[in-house]
Amino acid sequence: MTAPVDVEAGARRVTTAKAISEAIAQEMRANPEVFVMGEDVGPYGGIFGSTGGLFEEFGATRVIDTPISETGFIGAGIGAAVEGMRPVVELMFVDFLGVCFDQIYNHMAKIHYESGGNVKVPMVLMMAVGGGYSDAAQHSQCLWATFAHMPGMKVVAPSNPYDAKGLMASAIKDDNPVIFMFHKGVMGLPWMAKNPRSIGAVPEEEYTVPIGKAAIPHPGTDVTVVSVSMSVQHCLDVAEKLEGTTSVEVIDLRSIVPLDREAILASVAKTGRLVIVDEDYRSFGLSGEIVATIADKDPSMLKVPVQRVAYPDIPVPYARVLEYEALPTRDKIEAAIAAAMKG
Amino acid sequence: MVDNDMRVDFYKEMVRIRTYEAALQRDYHADKAPAWDIGAGLIPGEMHLSAGQEPVAVGLCANLEQGDAITGPHRPHHLALAKGVDMKAMTAEIFGRDTGLSHGKGGHMHLFDPSQHFSCSGIIAQGMPVAVGQALAFSRRGTANVAVAVAGEGAANQGGFHEALNLASMWKLPVIFIIEDNDWAISVNRETATPIKDGSLRASAYGMPSARIEGNDVDAIYDACRTAVERARAGGGPTLLEIHTVRLWGHFEGDAQAYRGDELAAATENDPIPLYEKRLLAAGLLTEDSIGSIKAQAEEEVEAAIAYAKASPEPKPSDAYLHVFA
Repeated sequence: MTAPVDVEAGARRVTTAKAISEAIAQEMRANPEVFVMGEDVGPYGGIFGSTGGLFEEFGATRVIDTPISETGFIGAGIGAAVEGMRPVVELMFVDFLGVCFDQIYNHMAKIHYESGGNVKVPMVLMMAVGGGYSDAAQHSQCLWATFAHMPGMKVVAPSNPYDAKGLMASAIKDDNPVIFMFHKGVMGLPWMAKNPRSIGAVPEEEYTVPIGKAAIPHPGTDVTVVSVSMSVQHCLDVAEKLEGTTSVEVIDLRSIVPLDREAILASVAKTGRLVIVDEDYRSFGLSGEIVATIADKDPSMLKVPVQRVAYPDIPVPYARVLEYEALPTRDKIEAAIAAAMKG
Repeated sequence: MVDNDMRVDFYKEMVRIRTYEAALQRDYHADKAPAWDIGAGLIPGEMHLSAGQEPVAVGLCANLEQGDAITGPHRPHHLALAKGVDMKAMTAEIFGRDTGLSHGKGGHMHLFDPSQHFSCSGIIAQGMPVAVGQALAFSRRGTANVAVAVAGEGAANQGGFHEALNLASMWKLPVIFIIEDNDWAISVNRETATPIKDGSLRASAYGMPSARIEGNDVDAIYDACRTAVERARAGGGPTLLEIHTVRLWGHFEGDAQAYRGDELAAATENDPIPLYEKRLLAAGLLTEDSIGSIKAQAEEEVEAAIAYAKASPEPKPSDAYLHVFA
């Protein structure tokens, strides 16, 4: 089930938001221990549609609207998970982690280790990430590297509906805490400009996509472009545009933890050229970790220096011209590929 | 109500806990001389002992069953022992041994015993929301089990406490919130940090019954906890109990407590175990002989646990990489 998505194939095409809520519904039907908790996850269906339709099917006892008490309800999710339930908890915006990070990194992520493996925390903590619509500094960050830096959490960030459904099913079945980050731009929201790739073919039946395996949605031989989440859609647009002139291999990491280092190394060994596209902050993050992965293994596999298209080390600005100055865009990706091909 | 047999049992359990912590204190300091190094010796790291607070643990846990949960704070030994956590495995954990509760990965502030639904956290107030979640699971499954969140009076000024109370009350969950008010948040006195004398009043903001229990008396603590536990088991929702107790020793071992001044001497006179012993002697429930044999029995169990820990192997260094993920 890890084949690249063919958005034109199959009968049914749905948004990423619908794909996520469908995965949760299927897991809830299969397992009475699965429940959903968070702000506006009930009748509203999640601010970004991740829990659409669940309240109607499962009711208020399994789809619980919480007060604005992130420390309280994330902690409650941990407690329920410790007792063997499988909560899916929504934090809404990743930017809100500051009010509840202790529960996340000191409790959710560490209890299994601190207990010497005797206690499991099978919990999904999902949240929206990303910008591009002028929501400014406190509602637009990605921050996957922040979670990935702390041991004990898997960190998943799908780029399309098919992967989102299969990764959510895997996340709920996983015995570990899983941070599930959906970029607002990939959700296919009716109230936000979207890439056509945010709506795609999704099987109605249950399936899983393994956490920790990258996908290669656009194979190529000249240059490796590694990305994750929303930026993958931009990379694919550019790769398709360059077909016939440059053969671009796009790697969609799908998860930051575990990081599929083998997929990156295998591709760079083949192309010798690496572009990294990351909407999270440039310094001390995913793009640096990928460069370190190459350097640790064999720096000589690179024919040219690495090109990083990452978020500059500035808070996310509000004005459209300022925000797009900072965001990874198709133009920047194309320019980075051109620079890598020059060497 | 508390009957005479229970009183003798309470006394035995308090003596057991005190004996345990006195032995830990002895071994903690034994090999840190002449230059005191917190990281050295058979028991390294911070050590928060609970002497004086035994009545809280004993009065509470006499109301609990194995399936009930406790999340404790950084000062957890009295609660763990009273809840029924295995003394040998707990001691081996504190000594950093492979036979410990967590194979030496947790240490004294991170004791986990899933068989007793016992855990603790070194972060102030942050174990409290976890207890709410355990109660949520119990409630979902239709069991009569309860979850207890224990924290100090300093923790009641932390957001985690207030969020946990609000959620538990909103969802009418079987949670008992216990605030151990020992007057001191490390060196900061209660009067410096908390604007009201009776912290149990805070429960009214969450529509929750509550009580403040003065006297550090195990009988009174048992009764208050019984009311709260029965209410929770019957589906009546959470209760906040603020129990005024005493911290006889430092915040952590090595704390000279100069900040306590004369108050420390007064506190020492209020050691709850000799006071309770005196009462039980006067009531004819204990004799000098029975006290001697209770103490000897406690010594025997404690020394056996410490000997077990000392004889246990250390974990393999490479085990550090295990258990990051399930």
